[in-house]
Amino acid sequence: MAFNYDEYLRLEKMPTLWCWGCGDGVILKAFIRAVDKLGWSKDDVCVVSGIGCSGRFSSYVDFNTVHTTHGRTVAFATGIKLANPDKHVICVAGDGDALAIGGNHTIHGCRRNIDITLIVIQNFIYGLTNSQTSPTTPRGFWTVSQKAGNIDPTFDGCELAIASGASFVARENVTAPKKLEKILKEAMEHKGFSYVEAMSNCHINLGRKNKMQSAMANLDWIDSITMPKKKYDQLSEEEKLNYLPTGILKQDTEAEEYCDMYKEIQKAHQGLRGPITPDDFKKKI
Amino acid sequence: MPKEIFELNEREVWDGNYAASQAMRQARVDVMAAYPITPSTPIVENYGAYVANGYIDGEFVMVESEHAAMSACVGASAAGGRVATATSSQGFALMVEVLYQASGMRLPIVLNVVNRALASPLNVRGDHSDMYLGRDSGWIQLDAFNAQEAYDLALCAFKIGENHSVRLPVMVHQDGFVTSHTAQNVYPLSDEEAYNFVGDIQPVDDMLDFSRPVTYGAQTEEDWHFEHKAKQHKALMDSRSVIDEVFAEFKKVSGREYKRVESYMMEDAEVAIVALGTTVETARVAAMELREKEGIKAGVVAPRVFRPFPFDMIRDALENVKSIAVLDRSSPGGAMGALFNEVSAALYTTPKRPLVTNYIYGLGGRDFAVEDAIEIFKEQKANADAGHITTPIQQFSGLRGPKLGFFQTKRGS
Repeated sequence: MAFNYDEYLRLEKMPTLWCWGCGDGVILKAFIRAVDKLGWSKDDVCVVSGIGCSGRFSSYVDFNTVHTTHGRTVAFATGIKLANPDKHVICVAGDGDALAIGGNHTIHGCRRNIDITLIVIQNFIYGLTNSQTSPTTPRGFWTVSQKAGNIDPTFDGCELAIASGASFVARENVTAPKKLEKILKEAMEHKGFSYVEAMSNCHINLGRKNKMQSAMANLDWIDSITMPKKKYDQLSEEEKLNYLPTGILKQDTEAEEYCDMYKEIQKAHQGLRGPITPDDFKKKI
Repeated sequence: MPKEIFELNEREVWDGNYAASQAMRQARVDVMAAYPITPSTPIVENYGAYVANGYIDGEFVMVESEHAAMSACVGASAAGGRVATATSSQGFALMVEVLYQASGMRLPIVLNVVNRALASPLNVRGDHSDMYLGRDSGWIQLDAFNAQEAYDLALCAFKIGENHSVRLPVMVHQDGFVTSHTAQNVYPLSDEEAYNFVGDIQPVDDMLDFSRPVTYGAQTEEDWHFEHKAKQHKALMDSRSVIDEVFAEFKKVSGREYKRVESYMMEDAEVAIVALGTTVETARVAAMELREKEGIKAGVVAPRVFRPFPFDMIRDALENVKSIAVLDRSSPGGAMGALFNEVSAALYTTPKRPLVTNYIYGLGGRDFAVEDAIEIFKEQKANADAGHITTPIQQFSGLRGPKLGFFQTKRGS
């Protein structure tokens, strides 16, 4: 029997505002299936979104939802999680949202390793405002803000998250919805900061001037620049420049989670233990 | 000098965004640092296209947030360039910290603000929340009611802000969508006329003058901060005469006349609306209709310059009116509307002290139609006839559900 999404959607908000063929719907459905597999109560889930096409996410899903300002999902979510450490907090942001205007919050969320899942819908462009260069727009691409071709170097969001201290980092394409669902489930199950880059298409605002005018052409391009991590690892350093690895790129179950550490502070204030010292941590510097 | 010539017709059909971007091109802006936001994006986007296509020799920098955009503008302006950008709403809110830096450093940056509501709830439509958020930031604020004015005032903005006795940043406001996305007739100046009017920028204390190093934004505490701020306020107040001069000069080249307060049918007006933005034109149509059909002597007064606030000119325009409605298109947050407070303060110093009421309207892009303005005029007429305010002093116009109003007058009964 086909999966029934209705229970998890705000049906009065349907149809979505996303364009025909947009990958965001695939991510929405994969996310819902993942939550369903986890068996979480809808009341225990909070979805926090920012601004842009990805920001619509919080309007469509029938969980506790917060639609915040541009780039601030992780900041809002940090407060939500600290106040409700037993609830599941999921952020949804675009590449511009999470890596440009909100880049600061993203790296500090990773650094704290707070138990939040950040789903970055990575479509290589500011889509909602009609194709301005984002921090992930490939060099040489046409954008309305760089009509002579983009010269800005790109962020690899996953590398950034790994370097910043996220304990679960993964990437998957919307062309592999089953794998995406599995990765989202593992990311949400993981205790600590989970960064998931969901590679999506924007044939309307990325593709139309970059020879990928259909959703299929844009999706084929995404498939052509990505490959599973195992295969990617066998490439030479030079070959690696033109590909992004998919799958789970980092999974550290030992790293201390922030809410747990915060409980130690509470204990110290309650006189249940002494003050926190460098001896409480494996990594001292 | 630009490599390519942009061909212009005597009359163009431009929306407000396009009109503003053409002014940026003609003023030969050296640096524009920008971040996209609805509905102002096309202004910066078009400038980027003019650079890419050789119509202008400038630098277009796409940065990572509006905070960074205004910060880059501050840097470029301190280095002596002619600098401009555009934003709206949340982007404006994010810029606020740096707006105060720009004015405190006396940098003549031009910011095109396409007015839009502030979240939450999230809303992309036009109201004046962002414009009001900037009102204490030390910037000059010019208000356009249509696309032509968005173009004209953007050219004037450079000439006002860069004047050596002013040296202050200038915002040019236009209403989101109703002006920014509505194609209208615009009569541009030729490139030569426009640039001759604006003139070359003559930087003061520019950081690229290595023979004379300077510091921007040095720390002052209780010793000198107050004097700095007083000087800045005085410069803003004194900019009134420069604004008048620039408007007069602009009339010479364009034939179009601007005043710091725009009065419409006010010679014999008994009742008046005071408003900002596109609402001014709506109210003018209502005033004309009421005069023709019902013989009500209605008029409209609009601050063309929101900052420095034209206290004296507002007073002169309104002191002989019997009842005045001041319209605020921003949620007042537990007070009377800001424009109401300022107009009332000005009128309190007149012998006749006309009746003044406050209407909150059009939030989040709620339509404000000619009929709405007519209703407000009629309430003013009733006040004028009764000799006192017959409604709550503050009312919400165009709100769904039960009527909302606050405070009754203590004058008359």
